[in-house]
Amino acid sequence: MPKADLHVDLLGRRLAGPVIAASGTFGFGPEYAGIEDLTLLGGISGKGLTLHGQPGNPGERLHETPAGLMNSIGLQNPGVDHFIRHELPAMKALGTTVWANLGGHTVEENVEGVEKLCAAGIDFLELNISCPNVKQGGLAFGIRAADAAGVVGAVRKVCTVPLIVKLSPQAENLTEMCRAVEAAGADGLSLCNTFQACAIDIERRRPVFANTFAGLSGPAIRPIALRMVWQAVSAVQIPVIGLGGILTGRDALEFIMAGAAAVQVGTANFLDPGACVRITREIGDWMEAHGVASLEEIRGCARG
Amino acid sequence: MSATNCKVGVLAQETVAPDIRRLTVSWEDQRPEFMPHAGQFYMLRCWAADEAPVLSRPISVHDASTEHDTITFLYQVKGQGTEKLAALKAGDTLSLTGPCGNGFNVAEAAKFGTGRVAVVGGGIGVAPLLLLCKELAAAGCRPELYVGFRDEPYALEAFLPYCGAISVATDSGAVGYHGLVTGILHPENFDLVLTCGPNVMMQGVYRLCAAAGVPCLASLERKMACGLGACLGCTCHTKVGPRTVCQDGPVFKAEEVFDLA
Repeated sequence: MPKADLHVDLLGRRLAGPVIAASGTFGFGPEYAGIEDLTLLGGISGKGLTLHGQPGNPGERLHETPAGLMNSIGLQNPGVDHFIRHELPAMKALGTTVWANLGGHTVEENVEGVEKLCAAGIDFLELNISCPNVKQGGLAFGIRAADAAGVVGAVRKVCTVPLIVKLSPQAENLTEMCRAVEAAGADGLSLCNTFQACAIDIERRRPVFANTFAGLSGPAIRPIALRMVWQAVSAVQIPVIGLGGILTGRDALEFIMAGAAAVQVGTANFLDPGACVRITREIGDWMEAHGVASLEEIRGCARG
Repeated sequence: MSATNCKVGVLAQETVAPDIRRLTVSWEDQRPEFMPHAGQFYMLRCWAADEAPVLSRPISVHDASTEHDTITFLYQVKGQGTEKLAALKAGDTLSLTGPCGNGFNVAEAAKFGTGRVAVVGGGIGVAPLLLLCKELAAAGCRPELYVGFRDEPYALEAFLPYCGAISVATDSGAVGYHGLVTGILHPENFDLVLTCGPNVMMQGVYRLCAAAGVPCLASLERKMACGLGACLGCTCHTKVGPRTVCQDGPVFKAEEVFDLA
């Protein structure tokens, strides 16, 4: 690893590096333990949970596009109780910060899930109001600012760890959304979740996905995600964690120079299972080559 | 079982049939505990992270030799990913992630005794069956191989040392029985049937096995993103709940994944 200081102080927690594995792409972490040194990561955001768990979507779940990947997993997860009992202990032992990613169909489900997760001991709660792949809930809170503020305000009352709200690019008005979520008590934002997209199987003459629409991620969406992160940083005072198609250290540096406190890496884990550590190293190499001692020196520098 | 991610060198690439390739890579400089067992696979990639296709390709292990430190893949050239794999030549390198998945439980299968295990393949589904037959033979079994092909069979010579008998069926009638492999399989003569091939074939094999009261294990294929059980893109809704083909499988009890009617 390079000598540059890669640590990030985020909401009272010290992250070893600026790269956090994004929810839904890293399991709960142990899947990658034999492949890369997870203690170099800023954290791991676990597979998206719902209070009671769900089996996920039927039919095709993956579809490749030029420089992108569409998915329709549908929040398949074992539920909060199962996670706490069977997955969290191993996740805590990985030597990095534990981010529990939670979504829910109702405000009550979100509140109950957050209470349980906070009691079980996690480092960050990432509230997912942005999954495009479940018919109810999921994205329901992520479109209109008032809906988002409602669920964030309720969760805030019971959340005893830093509360990061993961936003959707489908938000009606992103600036309004960011401000409403901040005002409702979020400690930080992460964006973007996947972009709602569509593919059609021309041989079957039907949509590829049973839900017709699916979420698009990967390098294809990176410049749009970067624009949205820029807008979010303009809109709020709380830290913004940037994600969307980051594949290299240079990509990550773009988000940091736009003002992101840290970044998340998702799809890149599939095409290079060592991506999180490689990207961390590439950021450090660039900093050393350019005489940058800490991320503080360059965070938001592109904003002038 | 954890996986590794490494770069390996290509030793050979052979054309076995017009669209079928056999790729052999060196495992010499790699850790022996990451050598595969029958039914496991690796995620293969020989193109850059920012090049198409986005995802690496899951390819099952055809053969593995601890004696020569080699791993061999048999695959069909079907699309963008396998076309890039097919362009590899001796001396080139590629990335491997794996071994992935739970393969065939050979120790359990071998308990069924000598000559009482049938191995049934269809088309490129024969790929994982060579290492399976080899491991079965090493465990004291002498499996009988039943294979179905559309037209000319391929890759069968390698099975000869490990199998008690090889029976071939072809759709075209070019070789062996003219028809489906299920037309020549008699599960009642066996204690266990292991199969890999097109879903419709495995479903047929399972129905014959169920009628004869013979256990059947089937190896499934799905699109995959991670290969490690992390993304849940390859989930199969089995009768015992959602399971990942990449990590819980690819080998399942046939009755958990196929219907009787």
